[in-house]
Amino acid sequence: MNPTVLDYMLWGALPYVVIAVLVGGTLWRYRYDRFGWTTRSSQLYESRLLRIASPVFHFGLLVVVIGHVVGLLVPETWTDAVGITNDMYHATALSLGAVAGVTTLGGIALLIWRRRTTGPVFSATTANDKVMYLVLVAAILAGLATTLLSAAAGLTGAHEADYRETVSPWFRSVFVLQPDVAAMAAATGAFKLHALIGLALFALFPFTRLVHAFSAPVWYLFRPYVVYRSRDKEPTQATRPIRRGWT
Amino acid sequence: MARIGKVMAQVAMVMNLDKCIGCHTCSVTCKQAWTNRSGVEYVWFNNVETRPGQGYPRRHEDQERWQGGWKRTAAGRLKPRAGGRLKKLATIFANPKMPAIQDYYEPWTYDYEHLVTAPLGDDIPGARPRSLLTGEPMPITWSANWDDDLAGGEELASNDPIVQKIGDKVRFEYEQAFMFYLPRICEHCLNPSCVASCPSGAMYKRAEDGIVLVDQDKCRGWRMCVTGCPYKKVYFNHKTGKAEKCTLCYPRVEVGMPTVCSETCVGRLRYLGVVLYDVERVGRAAAVKDEHDLYPAQLDVFLDPDDPEVAAAALRDGIPERWLESARKSPVYRLAKHFEVALPLHPEYRTMPMVWYIPPLSPVVDALSETGHDGEDPGNLFAAIDTLRIPVEYLAELFTAGDPEPVKRVLAKLAAMRSYMRRINLGQEPDESIAEAVGMTGADIEAMYRLLAIAKYDDRYVIPTAYGVDEADRGVIDEIGCSLDFEGGPGMGGMGGAVPFGEASGRPQPASVENFHALRDRQTSDGRSGPARRFNLLNWDGNGRPPGLFPDRERDAADQNTSDGKYLEGSGEPK
Repeated sequence: MNPTVLDYMLWGALPYVVIAVLVGGTLWRYRYDRFGWTTRSSQLYESRLLRIASPVFHFGLLVVVIGHVVGLLVPETWTDAVGITNDMYHATALSLGAVAGVTTLGGIALLIWRRRTTGPVFSATTANDKVMYLVLVAAILAGLATTLLSAAAGLTGAHEADYRETVSPWFRSVFVLQPDVAAMAAATGAFKLHALIGLALFALFPFTRLVHAFSAPVWYLFRPYVVYRSRDKEPTQATRPIRRGWT
Repeated sequence: MARIGKVMAQVAMVMNLDKCIGCHTCSVTCKQAWTNRSGVEYVWFNNVETRPGQGYPRRHEDQERWQGGWKRTAAGRLKPRAGGRLKKLATIFANPKMPAIQDYYEPWTYDYEHLVTAPLGDDIPGARPRSLLTGEPMPITWSANWDDDLAGGEELASNDPIVQKIGDKVRFEYEQAFMFYLPRICEHCLNPSCVASCPSGAMYKRAEDGIVLVDQDKCRGWRMCVTGCPYKKVYFNHKTGKAEKCTLCYPRVEVGMPTVCSETCVGRLRYLGVVLYDVERVGRAAAVKDEHDLYPAQLDVFLDPDDPEVAAAALRDGIPERWLESARKSPVYRLAKHFEVALPLHPEYRTMPMVWYIPPLSPVVDALSETGHDGEDPGNLFAAIDTLRIPVEYLAELFTAGDPEPVKRVLAKLAAMRSYMRRINLGQEPDESIAEAVGMTGADIEAMYRLLAIAKYDDRYVIPTAYGVDEADRGVIDEIGCSLDFEGGPGMGGMGGAVPFGEASGRPQPASVENFHALRDRQTSDGRSGPARRFNLLNWDGNGRPPGLFPDRERDAADQNTSDGKYLEGSGEPK
């Protein structure tokens, strides 16, 4: 099947628009809205549910992210080279992916339920948050759907197009500036939908509370406990934009 | 004396609890200055607690529960009690030890609108309380100062973690009901556990004056500082998602002014001054094995500014001469180290707090007088300190990690000061033996009396202006003054005279003069009313029809009238 114009738009042009928005937006946000760059935690309002739901969601999501990195960046030839058969690979990926996906989905479902039912948390929810939650949940649902469809296909023995031969080569090709539109065009509808929602999520990323993921404080592990700092020699500009990026 | 390591300066505070009348002026002025905003409605950088009581947030001293401060490991090292770096990051998605808003109190307002919108009826309408978090009606059950003056009562005082610690025996003596006030601000610790807990590195201790601050642009809202601070003096702004805390009013301190809480203190019980300390001794002093040694260890960290070696080391480390000069006159150093009458709050948290307290003595005099004894006779006083109505054990749990001896020494000094000065006031010979009994001299006692009882403004607040402002270190920061205070301006006595570039030059003054429609619009609209809709009549010369003079529906006509742009500058509003 030859790629259509729409395919070129979606898989050839759109990824670069999203990358530009993601990188440019993040730089812009960091430059102009460092004050608004926060987790916006609602733990002060409600702790009991959050203490279960938030770690479940975040740790599930970490596994999902690692799964994506492995699935998208490691070419099939590498795993073949170390003697991992395609069946072994998919059995592991699908089972781990399903568990992580369901965990993440359960976590975010509980978080959204908490957000809706806890008065102060709901009051503190902005329109921006709502849009973000919608796209995030859609991405997780579509992702789980691809996992389950692939698993079903594996069980029935039907030959679904393997994402390692369609989505992954396309994803890698985007970063070497030679998008393999044909590869992605050959993927199934579920994968295409998941990819599109993923692109939407990346485009939203810099403008929502999701930015807190970029400031994961890993270097805390390597710094001395007490931080000393000198006063600014020259006072910084006292003015800052009144509006925060997430309102 | 041991080798002097890196010398640092700390602006520190002492509070004389004998003089605190619990008027909360410090809390209210601080609130007005710093936390009179949404998101921090529940936040009191300064609060006054009645002891024994639960404090604010409730039972914040219960570190078994809240896990604030530092813990000494078996190897003799310090680690945040709530866990080290790895544990912090592992629990970053939900802080397991963070107080909820209910532990402080849920902020509320009153439904005043109902007073004017209620339908006509037999009953007078009331203004019901509504939550500031949800807008829903709420019952008011607790606040920052709910147990004010209710200390000693079984219901509240029995929940005081210290009362529970020192046991039933003392609690029953409490039935005679005593209380004292404990004003609390951030301790600006030498070994701040909030700073150590911050994963983002947004919290820091200022190298020049030791003030602990939160960089609002670096804070990412991980909330670990709230747990880390054992005094629970770092707060989470639930609107901005950032940590906020007492700033020791650094914009005032930098220009040599006392903090708002100090300045407005009715009892004049606060002292501000510079303390020099050896930063290389802090870690070891905070990690001494026996908790009772923490108070003396912290005293050993302080350096004597009159010692020429210290002065040389301070200059070597970039502390300017005028800060040294200020440190020599520091009331904090004199009360804490020279007279040794001020004690740190909860040294067992191992944070090396820098707001110290002179424990209250007053009830002992009253108690003695009631029994028919001369309440200010030194013999009676010294003997009575062991049977104080405020048990020494209670004060010791607050100030010396439970060691009663330093507290007794301080109270004896305060008692000696009363007796010694009474003889002088009565025209009798000064009795040097009273001073000697507490290891002081008569001259010392008189100096201490001057500092504690006379407490002149200039003696209480010895604050040098900030240094390192520019390369030449002029030591001058222009305070952002009243913009009317130019030569000949209204602030200099009258409107007449020359103004910089003629009338209406410079940026427009924020004036509250509005027309009727603008006022109504501003008060009834949900969002911000646009700038172009307001016109400052003070700037109007009476000609034409400037934009904003009339409401929106005439905008088109107004625009035509000002097509020559005449009023764009005069109104001072961006077009």
